[in-house]
Amino acid sequence: MRGSLRALAALALAGWLVLPVFPLAIWSVAHGWRFPDLLPAETSGAAWAYALSPQSGVLQSFGVTTLIAAATTLIAALIGLPAGRALGLHRFPGRNLVFLLLLAPAIVPGIAVVFGLHGILLRLGLAGTIPGVILAHLVPVLPYMTLVLAAVFSRFDPAFEQQARSLGAAPWQAFRTVTLPAILPGLMTAALFSFLVSWSQYLLTLAVGGGRVQTLPLVLFSFVSAGRNDLAGAIALLYILPGLLILAVTARRITGRGAALTEGLRP
Amino acid sequence: MTRLTLHGLRKSYPGRGHAAVHGLDLTVERGSLTALLGPSGCGKTTTMKLIAGLITPDAGEVRLDDADITLLPPERRGVAMVFQNPLLFPHMTIAQNVGFGLKMRHLPPAEIARSVDAMLARVRLDGFGDRSPVALSGGQQQRVALARALVLQPKVLLLDEPLSSLDPGLRDEMRQLIRSLQQDTKVTTIVVTHDQAEAVALSDHIGLMLDGRLAQHGPPETFYDRPATEAVARFFGGVNFLEGRSERGFFHSGLGSLALPDHAPQGPALLTFRPEAMRLGPGPNLRTGRIDAVTFLGTQTRITLSVAGVALQALAAPDAARALKAGDELTISLPPDVLWLLPTG
Repeated sequence: MRGSLRALAALALAGWLVLPVFPLAIWSVAHGWRFPDLLPAETSGAAWAYALSPQSGVLQSFGVTTLIAAATTLIAALIGLPAGRALGLHRFPGRNLVFLLLLAPAIVPGIAVVFGLHGILLRLGLAGTIPGVILAHLVPVLPYMTLVLAAVFSRFDPAFEQQARSLGAAPWQAFRTVTLPAILPGLMTAALFSFLVSWSQYLLTLAVGGGRVQTLPLVLFSFVSAGRNDLAGAIALLYILPGLLILAVTARRITGRGAALTEGLRP
Repeated sequence: MTRLTLHGLRKSYPGRGHAAVHGLDLTVERGSLTALLGPSGCGKTTTMKLIAGLITPDAGEVRLDDADITLLPPERRGVAMVFQNPLLFPHMTIAQNVGFGLKMRHLPPAEIARSVDAMLARVRLDGFGDRSPVALSGGQQQRVALARALVLQPKVLLLDEPLSSLDPGLRDEMRQLIRSLQQDTKVTTIVVTHDQAEAVALSDHIGLMLDGRLAQHGPPETFYDRPATEAVARFFGGVNFLEGRSERGFFHSGLGSLALPDHAPQGPALLTFRPEAMRLGPGPNLRTGRIDAVTFLGTQTRITLSVAGVALQALAAPDAARALKAGDELTISLPPDVLWLLPTG
């Protein structure tokens, strides 16, 4: 009974996640697909051929999006590690205020701040550049990174570091050999979240990039609004690729025994 | 072998009323094992962390022989500390744990492996090298932690309550292991403990810390025979205290005049004597009292009695106290050489 329930739940979840992908996949190879046909009358590889060709710029966008997401994640980790450590290990005046400010990007709608942000980056000469977009992406990404790492560090015993120091490890050595292995599952969770949050930014990229930084969601949207369902389907499949890849590689680490996700987020 | 000197060491934590350590002076002789003893919260662990360099003092000095190491980072001091919990690195094997410090020194792997094997044998854990820390019992983990520190041949070894996390049966074994390893390696060692029996059994010297200060420092027996203050005497189980005045070889108090040992200081004082030093039966400084209670404690029997309205406690061998019961009259004597005068107030 429990087994069959579980199987049903798994099926439902899989359906929920996978079913929306099917129309995209079909669109990407359809050559005219009209209501009320269940399947397109003819198929064609033209959309894929164009999407993967240099002329469309899709692959280039894929590269730019990856670069921005990776750089954003890396910078967020460099900021989030010390910040999460301070928040997780120490009680200090103003700690709750810091938490509140960190949560702010999740509470305040992006569109409310994006023009102010654009103005600042314009003055800095960073509007319309990749570094500018990375800076803008840090706004929604940093809270994820820092809050997850704060939870991870709150369960880390800094006595391990002191032990390492007293056995002759310099600060960097102690971090690399003792702290990093202990926090790695949580750090990976935070990095995955960060990567995907940056990867799926539309509004911030559009406003700050000013059309000059073409990430995948922007390209996708432009084809969607142009009514090119075949290209939109192909690009959308490319777009969900990293999420699926990450999920496939880390599913066990994230949800299984000793999982990174539960490990990192347990109070 | 290295001499460790603490001079005027002071450390306070923000938000706490009093300093954790204030004005601590202590010398640990080359190759000796000193127990740093005191109740919890007296500043023992803070002192250890100051010596290890894990925290910096507000004032004062830490010296190894002639070198001032007060501001040196922990990894450059040659001081290895073993914490109360074994703190074995969970993602490393036992051998990797023991070899950790040598690896930090970038020694060749073959040399590390040799030292680690030899050290594991010393703590009787040969063949455990490939296991994971979680596969070991608490006592074994503590031995690995000890091996991990000793393999570095530190100038000073610090052990913070090394026995407190162990079952009583294992404590004796671990205590003997610590003692024999210390005597073999002659490493200058400080053991922190709150257990006076442990300190007495383990160490050459005891430094008793009370309220962030060193209350007394010396061989274990001096804490019983010649405590420096009432607090020291009480910490070591002293229960008999009499206020009075020492004049020309006699102590005048509620017990009348008691003959003192030669060269006793003059003036107002607090007289103390060990409960086990009180003799049942006639002898010098004879007094008669009435027994209030007799409590069998296993290896000893405690007798509570009143002499001229003064409450006293004696500890006697169970055989000698077998016939006694509450309400009986009892004759006791207090030989002058068991009497000790403390400063008042």
